Amino acid sequence: MSSSMNTVGRPTRPEGETSAQGFQSLTGGRGLLQDEPLIFELDGWDKTGVDLPEADVDASDLGDLVRREPIGLPGLSEPETMRHYVRLSQKNHAIDLALYPLGSCTMKHNPRLNEKMARLPGFSDIHPLQPQSTVQGAIELMDRLAHWLKTLTGMPAVALSPKAGAHGELCGLLAIHAAHDARGEHARRVVLCPTSAHGTNPATAAFVGYSVREIAQTQDGRVDLADLEAKLGPDVAAIMVTNPNTCGLFERDIVEIARLTHEAGAYFYCDGANFNAIVGRVRPGDLGVDAMHINLHKTFSTPHGGGGPGAGPVVLSEALAPYAPVPWVTHGPDGFRLEEFEQGEAAKSFGRMNAFHGQMGMYVRALTYMMSHGSDGLKQVAEDAVLNANYIKARLSDVMTPAFPDGPCMHEALFDDRWLEGAGVTTLDFAKAMIDEGFHPMTMYFPLVVHGAMLIEPTETESKIELDRFIEALRALAEAARAGDVERFKGAPHLAPLRRLDETRAARAPRLRWTAPEGSNLAAE
Amino acid sequence: MRYLPLTADDRRAMLSAIGARSIDDLFVDVPASARRTGTVDLPGFMGELEVERELSALAGRNIPAGSAPFFCGAGAYRHHVPATVDHVIQRSEFLTSYTPYQPEIAQGTLQVLFEFQTQVARLTGMEVANASMYDGSTAAAEAVLMAARVTRRNRAVLSPGLHPHYVHSVETLAHATSIATERLTPAVDAEAAVIEAIDADTACVVVQTPNVFGTATDVTRIAEAAHAAGALLIVVTAEVVSLGLLKSPGEMGADIVAAEGQSIGNALNFGGPYVGLFAAKEKLTRQMPGRLCGETVDAEGRRGFVLTLSTREQHIRRDKATSNICTNSGLCALAFNIHMSLLGEKGLRRLAALNHARARRTRDALAAIPGVEVLTPRFFNEFAVRLPVDAARAVETMAADGVIGGVPFSRLDPEAGLDDVLLVAATEVVSDDDIIRLTEALKKAVTQ
Repeated sequence: MSSSMNTVGRPTRPEGETSAQGFQSLTGGRGLLQDEPLIFELDGWDKTGVDLPEADVDASDLGDLVRREPIGLPGLSEPETMRHYVRLSQKNHAIDLALYPLGSCTMKHNPRLNEKMARLPGFSDIHPLQPQSTVQGAIELMDRLAHWLKTLTGMPAVALSPKAGAHGELCGLLAIHAAHDARGEHARRVVLCPTSAHGTNPATAAFVGYSVREIAQTQDGRVDLADLEAKLGPDVAAIMVTNPNTCGLFERDIVEIARLTHEAGAYFYCDGANFNAIVGRVRPGDLGVDAMHINLHKTFSTPHGGGGPGAGPVVLSEALAPYAPVPWVTHGPDGFRLEEFEQGEAAKSFGRMNAFHGQMGMYVRALTYMMSHGSDGLKQVAEDAVLNANYIKARLSDVMTPAFPDGPCMHEALFDDRWLEGAGVTTLDFAKAMIDEGFHPMTMYFPLVVHGAMLIEPTETESKIELDRFIEALRALAEAARAGDVERFKGAPHLAPLRRLDETRAARAPRLRWTAPEGSNLAAE
Repeated sequence: MRYLPLTADDRRAMLSAIGARSIDDLFVDVPASARRTGTVDLPGFMGELEVERELSALAGRNIPAGSAPFFCGAGAYRHHVPATVDHVIQRSEFLTSYTPYQPEIAQGTLQVLFEFQTQVARLTGMEVANASMYDGSTAAAEAVLMAARVTRRNRAVLSPGLHPHYVHSVETLAHATSIATERLTPAVDAEAAVIEAIDADTACVVVQTPNVFGTATDVTRIAEAAHAAGALLIVVTAEVVSLGLLKSPGEMGADIVAAEGQSIGNALNFGGPYVGLFAAKEKLTRQMPGRLCGETVDAEGRRGFVLTLSTREQHIRRDKATSNICTNSGLCALAFNIHMSLLGEKGLRRLAALNHARARRTRDALAAIPGVEVLTPRFFNEFAVRLPVDAARAVETMAADGVIGGVPFSRLDPEAGLDDVLLVAATEVVSDDDIIRLTEALKKAVTQ
């Protein structure tokens, strides 16, 4: 009699072949990892998972505006819905699962207290246009958030409403545009960006009609001051510099960059994506910055949610503050007020960036995070983030090639692909092999100034044990790459829900929505 | 600190592995003038209990919509969201993942986006939809810029019924990019004026339906006029539940649809985060802003999904990109996707019918108040009334009586000369008792 009989309470033990290599299930299933069709393939054309009373539709007022054709939206019962999404969720990597070292993205732990606070009915169930007398606590929360952001950055003003980092960049450039316009300086049509800039910088500049001029970088990964000086001129509206920059380095000459920029009559926009490295330790206001967006979803830990929502408040200098977008918070004898229009002749605001007041749900989460840490905790955040990145850099420098070996990095460590030369393995292959080891790949091929870039940002919420596990995994991979184990990399990932995907095919003949199989009359187009 | 795993021993060991004496060694590149000793002038660390106490006190100073008879709309709507939605969006794998750049380990998010795009395309009656924008207003602004790129023209006509916040959001972006906007004077119903404003330089016409006054509009004739002039028709919808009852923009000839998707799956949140829906005709795909998710296969031929056509986007094309958008509204799109999957067409149609029925009942009740005039003849779940008194004052009076009675038009546009106009929305959450209390409160407010 077989001992593998799994009666209740009786332990089983492994038997037979211990390797699953090449094993195939009979139905294509893969144990706990379930395949899941699209909702359109689950036969839900006549189902709903929401119990609503049948209303007598008297649509007599609407005449021929009533929708008669089928829409083609399937429904699912609640149990089917849960299974659908739980199965899908298990195909995702997440920060709660393992280190997520995407450089420049600051994938840190997302505290659940933030979620709990954002869901208090007093914050989540209030309407943006209900009387201000009924939302005094909400407006005060915005005011408190503004106070924390201004104090941490050493800047006099903040525009809260931008909805993400790129929207914040837009806010900053529109304020700069308005400030130049107000002085009649219409000839300033150029924005300077270092070659290492995030793609959103040149994209935003072009979006508001500026042309972009690139500034060169020095051998040690910083803005080339001589080149900057040469490119500044009466046609330059602003410079956009990320600090710490996208090579993970602090711009040593930042004060001089600001001075030269101001001397040329231009403004200094700082991309604050990497604020996590310096929060609580360095105030951008002390560096001569005129405008800087703060990604609440990076430094202040509002969840990335698979691609948003974010929030991108912009701190502004005295010079730019008058041009800030509406709304903003004021405080008078009757309590807090949201000023939604700028009144009077002296109006300078460049206008409104979106309906309502920005990302309130993100404000609550970010303020919860800030209050939890306090000024001492936030300083520790920056220090641990920088310490973790330098630790990774130090422990991988003998097997990989750091792009800038001299001196410390800030919150992220940048490597190039020189160490892979001749191995037959690319940065992409190496990154995909990390998936098999249980880690999300690092940011690849960015910044553009480094060949085959690998940008690793661990953040401060990683323990030393997890960092060591990550480092050992990368060291083992590096060894395998150099030992000629090319197939491990070229075929990677081997152990993910899917193998490498054909992105070229997706772009050549785009299929951007589900369509019913031919001959089926189940669904509307 | 509960969120920081390193111990003092860890820090010492790590510094020594790095070869640094102290943490200050790692900050040597900071200019001396900006180095700070000590902490910034803000309160120190707080435990979970203390934070919760302080924030709950702030939350307690607001009146939640669910605690009063509630009739605000004007671009944000209170609907009942099934409990499943909030549970699923808090799963770690959705909540704490990044934009799905590595498709092998992001199929969950990517399949959700593909389903979302399909739902949005079908709902709006369009051929292609993207993976979301920040909200309806920024989607509308992006649509205008896109129309200018497509037509190579620089003039946009904004209809009289376009939500003033949307008008202002469009203007902000348009003016920076030298697109001229012509905004027609706000009016409850002014289709003819829109058609007259179209000329040979017009890149696009932006029409909202139901419009800010609640008017449901057949835009077919505007579409014809726009197309005859070589312009595109952008249809804005701020209440997507309406599409469960009303003809889709696609059916009426829209080229681009920019909509606010908050109503499905997302809470009011005092105005954000919301989810912008962006859909278009297939031939315009390559001019669209934002992320697009597409179907493909993996190395073993299995179906999978990836972000695609990224040569339109900022991270590849930089200053030649169609937009600067990067992070969008992923998790809100997931909430939309789940709620819509629960509803299905059957549930959505019922929900829409209920909304219309509630609003009609509210309209009938208010129309009976002496001095109150209903201005909107054809509406979905929101309509405008003219009061014999200032509407903002009436709203304050009603609030004092515990009724949140709607949005005064002057809150959106103080210069329109419509200070006596009140916008009233009624969704499925409005009860008969709520309607009675609104009626009594408004009766009192207009006689004061």
